[in-house]
Amino acid sequence: MSSTAIKKRGIAIAVARKDLTIEWNSRILVNQVAPFAAIVMVLFAFALDNDGILQRVAPGLVWLATLFSMLVVIQRSFTVESADGALDALRVAGVDMGAIFVGKAIALMVQLFVLELLLVATAVVLYGVEMTMAGFCEAIVTLVVATVGLGSVGTLYGGLAAGARGRETLLPLLLLPVVAPVLIGATRATEAAFGSGGTTVSEGWPWIGLLLVFAVLFCAVGTVAFGPLVDE
Amino acid sequence: MARQSGTGTSATRRLGILVILMLAGLALCGLWFSAEDVVQGSTVRIMYIHVPSIWTAYIAFGLTAVCSAVYLSGKNRSLAWDRFAGAAGEIGVLFVAVSLVTGSMWGRLTWGTYWVWDARLTSTAFLFITYVGYLAVRQLGGTHRQRARRSSVLALLAILEIPLVHFSVTLWRSLHQEASVANPNAKVALDGLMLFSLFLGLVAFTLLFVWLVLHRQRAMMLEDAFSDRGLDLAITARRNEAGA
Repeated sequence: MSSTAIKKRGIAIAVARKDLTIEWNSRILVNQVAPFAAIVMVLFAFALDNDGILQRVAPGLVWLATLFSMLVVIQRSFTVESADGALDALRVAGVDMGAIFVGKAIALMVQLFVLELLLVATAVVLYGVEMTMAGFCEAIVTLVVATVGLGSVGTLYGGLAAGARGRETLLPLLLLPVVAPVLIGATRATEAAFGSGGTTVSEGWPWIGLLLVFAVLFCAVGTVAFGPLVDE
Repeated sequence: MARQSGTGTSATRRLGILVILMLAGLALCGLWFSAEDVVQGSTVRIMYIHVPSIWTAYIAFGLTAVCSAVYLSGKNRSLAWDRFAGAAGEIGVLFVAVSLVTGSMWGRLTWGTYWVWDARLTSTAFLFITYVGYLAVRQLGGTHRQRARRSSVLALLAILEIPLVHFSVTLWRSLHQEASVANPNAKVALDGLMLFSLFLGLVAFTLLFVWLVLHRQRAMMLEDAFSDRGLDLAITARRNEAGA
């Protein structure tokens, strides 16, 4: 491996570690985002109070709650950067933007994964979802692949919206249409894993393929496009 | 130098007159001369606006992508490309909106409902929202170069994203009527005048698009020049203040 590649990896790990340390010290995810996601799940139950419906639509609700919570996490991730001009400082220091993208995306993925695990557990408890062992494995694979896609695309668009006026309102407008394939694929794969509506576990794997295409595409594009998108 | 008012030139004025004549011809052919459809009755007349408007929107978004790519790849990075991309994006959003509205009117008369969750409808709605987002990013502020760079990258991302959204929505569900005229396997024979009206619509809307883009990008050039001038004036005023 060349020395620049090692250097980039070092930057990515340093950025990811910094973001996760900030999160660990501030506990925003645990104290604010996770309760927000939980209350969204409870509100879904109020809105769809009907025997059987909740269990059938549980996979979609898990992913909707994930997307809404993700918006909060991304905004938090970039408020940290733009508040003291940290991103500008890194840029001026000549740090590779692709490496920063990878680092921030990894930190976002870790946080999202924790959040999704909590949401699936909430669905199992609140909505009475029952899973087989094979379904459980499929659910874990779905979570991992979908999280990689969401983390990379979220970091890409989060970087664009950071440092701009009115970014709080701009991010959902930009991001939610893009993540529609993840919502569709992850919901169908999770349905198969949960066995909602009589689906079987094997029906979920093609949808995981769709999620994989999305994840690979946006990881690659994000590394290239993040630099130009973030302000000069 | 002759004083020029507005954004028109003699060429765009001629083009504008041609577009008005063609649109008048389209209205006559579509509403008056062409026959009713055997199955759909008069509702088929919506097609003469619906199909050309979505066609124009596709041309517009294609132009946005091409101009964005040229802007990013060009050595001198001329802002003219960015203005063309932005102008085409704005007009594309307008035409997608027209096709969504006319489409749902047609759907109400034919299917009995304004909206169905069909693949093509849903991905067209996503197309609309995506470019509304693109226009919002253009309004973010900053320098013209920042705007150009951000929005060009975003336009290229949209080109990546749209097929993926379309593909996944198609997997999700599909019941839209297959393309009738452009489909070589379809045995749909349109009446001669109906076909003529449809193609007249396509040409008229395409020329209308060209006319609108030319004017809009000139208006954008004036807006950019105006904001630059405002900045220059502000700097001069501050200098004078400091000197006084």
